[in-house]
Amino acid sequence: MPFGNTHNKFKMNYSAEQEYPDLSQHNNHMAKVLTLEMYSKLRDKETPSGFTLDDVIQTGVDNPGHPFIMTVGCVAGDEETYEVFKDLMDPVIEDRHGGYKPADTHKTDLNAENLQGGDDLDPNYVLSSRVRTGRSIRGFCLPPHCSRGERRAIEQLSIEALDSLEGDLKGKYYALKNMSEEEQQQLIDDHFLFDKPVSPLLLASGMARDWPDARGIWHNDNKTFLVWVNEEDHLRVISMQKGGNMREVFTRFCTGLTKIEDLFKNRGHEFMWNEHLGYVLTCPSNLGTGLRAGVHVKLPNVSKHEKFGEILKRLRLQKRGTGGVDTAAVGGVFDISNADRLGFSEVELVQMVVDGVNLLVNMEKRLEGGEGIDDMMPEQK
Amino acid sequence: MASSFSRILSSKRSVGLLSVVGGSVAAGFLLHREHVTAGEPLRRRYPASAEYPDLRKHNNCMASHLTPAIYAKLCDKTTPNGFTLDQAIQTGVDNPGHPFIKTVGMVAGDEETYEVFADLLDPVIKERHNGYDARTMKHPTDLDATKIHSGNFDERYVLSSRVRTGRSIRGLSLPPACTRAERREVERVVVDALAGLKGDLTGRYYSLTQMTEKEQQQLIDDHFLFDKPVSPLLTCAGMARDWPDARGIWHNNEKTFLIWVNEEDHTRVISMEKGGNMKRVFERFCKGLKEVERLIQERGWEFMWNERLGYVLTCPSNLGTGLRAGVHVKLPLLSKDPRFSKILDNLRLQKRGTGGVDTAAVGGVFDISNLDRLGHSEVQLVQTVIDGVNYLIECEKRLEKGQDIKVPPPIRQFK
Repeated sequence: MPFGNTHNKFKMNYSAEQEYPDLSQHNNHMAKVLTLEMYSKLRDKETPSGFTLDDVIQTGVDNPGHPFIMTVGCVAGDEETYEVFKDLMDPVIEDRHGGYKPADTHKTDLNAENLQGGDDLDPNYVLSSRVRTGRSIRGFCLPPHCSRGERRAIEQLSIEALDSLEGDLKGKYYALKNMSEEEQQQLIDDHFLFDKPVSPLLLASGMARDWPDARGIWHNDNKTFLVWVNEEDHLRVISMQKGGNMREVFTRFCTGLTKIEDLFKNRGHEFMWNEHLGYVLTCPSNLGTGLRAGVHVKLPNVSKHEKFGEILKRLRLQKRGTGGVDTAAVGGVFDISNADRLGFSEVELVQMVVDGVNLLVNMEKRLEGGEGIDDMMPEQK
Repeated sequence: MASSFSRILSSKRSVGLLSVVGGSVAAGFLLHREHVTAGEPLRRRYPASAEYPDLRKHNNCMASHLTPAIYAKLCDKTTPNGFTLDQAIQTGVDNPGHPFIKTVGMVAGDEETYEVFADLLDPVIKERHNGYDARTMKHPTDLDATKIHSGNFDERYVLSSRVRTGRSIRGLSLPPACTRAERREVERVVVDALAGLKGDLTGRYYSLTQMTEKEQQQLIDDHFLFDKPVSPLLTCAGMARDWPDARGIWHNNEKTFLIWVNEEDHTRVISMEKGGNMKRVFERFCKGLKEVERLIQERGWEFMWNERLGYVLTCPSNLGTGLRAGVHVKLPLLSKDPRFSKILDNLRLQKRGTGGVDTAAVGGVFDISNLDRLGHSEVQLVQTVIDGVNYLIECEKRLEKGQDIKVPPPIRQFK
């Protein structure tokens, strides 16, 4: 529970005008949508666990944004946030997710058999493949709002479920506050260890409170399936391996997720999900599938082509540096992933990545050979 | 009586009425802990034992005193404004501390925090303020600068003199807890009052949201501009929310009297000058503070103050006087003497680099100021700094001549 806002009724002693944030310098989705009228209408509401409008928007008030990057500027403190503050969340979601309407339904498809191809992305170009998503446990508050007791309960449930995984998914949990120096170094070398968030976008929402209490990393012995506990979401689930076999990565992803979901259900818990928003996560940008499927791929020539940005846009793909979001590409190697999260199923999104990356690699080969790629320009997906 | 008082405290008009009827002494008396009602109890899904923070790696005053029993007793309580124990201690949970520096590890969200959570705050205060027992002792307030003697330092050694403190506006929540409207109200009340200052105190307010680039550069050049806090000790306590809304700087035309609005406290008040005339700096300090207090009282407001804790501020370390009186002084020889720390200790002084807390000294120039804040009056603390710095300068002069120096006997603490 973020600061200063827990006793909402006290704030009602002041008028909406007096409390309304100054958003004149702001450029994020929340600021575009939150008028004084909307603020007045929603300010006396609370979710059943006590999350308020000011809690939702604090991160967006504290972080005006950047003229070129549009951040979301609001978070959920629990599943009901998306209902109680619908008037704010619906337009934010519509703006962020390509026109997704309040009445739209989202399709979930975690059947990896439905993916076509994807097992042969050229390993001369595609260095690694990865799929990640998040899951929230229904009935618990989300990281911006959860108390220490809740966060620990989430950790406990997660450990119990993950400890039951078998076969190539069998693994071990490393609590952030208990790990030995050796374990820590190994996790850093494997690129698995996550650190206390430093981004003010995350800190301002209150999700780093009590760090590192009840945070940890679970991974299988093969180091191809990894779960983060209590970072930005209850669970972040990651499947990854070197090379271009995205199909295998996605298959393990789906199998693992389905098994974990069953294990939770056996213990009387389910994931937050509904027909309209799909999987419910802390940040509205991760609703739906919460899925980012991506590769690290060598595209030194294509990336210099004047139409690179346009090609990615049409393929519904996004580029990042290999350090993740907000980093620069090194040596012509890019992180290419799906731009969408909501309104497309998991299979559809991974298919877009597979097909798109195949096309990009073929374009790269053409350009290497000194030929043009004008005839290869894709249609807008 | 108690419940009607807590209602009164929530309404600014009534605060004015209360002070007109009873004066600030009465208001201070009414805050004596038996009369303060806690707010509505907090909703809880888990028992206290499941919520108790893991403080095993922690080294701050809060962690030293927050036992599971105290946590269980206090975790359901709220102040009338809704501030909770978890909010008060969040900064100390998030910042375990440093093996050598013991931070306080908790903050107040309002005046009532110090009453509702007294079971934790009293021992924290006792530890931080060298044995001051808030349950039984009284804090002396004395802003009569005429009592100061020998307040003019040798300017071959003292480069500048400065006195700072903080003041909170009674009836409005403190920076960790205040809403945007409350913070704006603090700004309005303070700026309105400051506009009434005259003579050598005449000055101007620069709002952080509205200052021009030129004004900003000037304030930086004058070393007046404060920035959004980056220290996690402060940001984890929630005092940087909504930055830079309702934050600003006021200073007089002569640039010797400066007020920060809504940074770590409602107001931080600073009097400063180049050179060694600490007496004049303190005179202006007292005059300015009294004037500002008179001006806000005219408008129906008053400062948070009571007999036990003196002036009430956000951080328990600043209770009492909230006063830090210091100089920038050249002590190249003395600072290399192995007895330097002990001498400072016995004189109840503290050294910092000239960039402020946590910076290093440059060119043998140190920031020397009082260690204590609570249990001694402003006059006593400033006199302690004056006497102490004069002693340090004497030591430096003796070392220059090749003579030996003596470690002074320790100044007596509380009875």
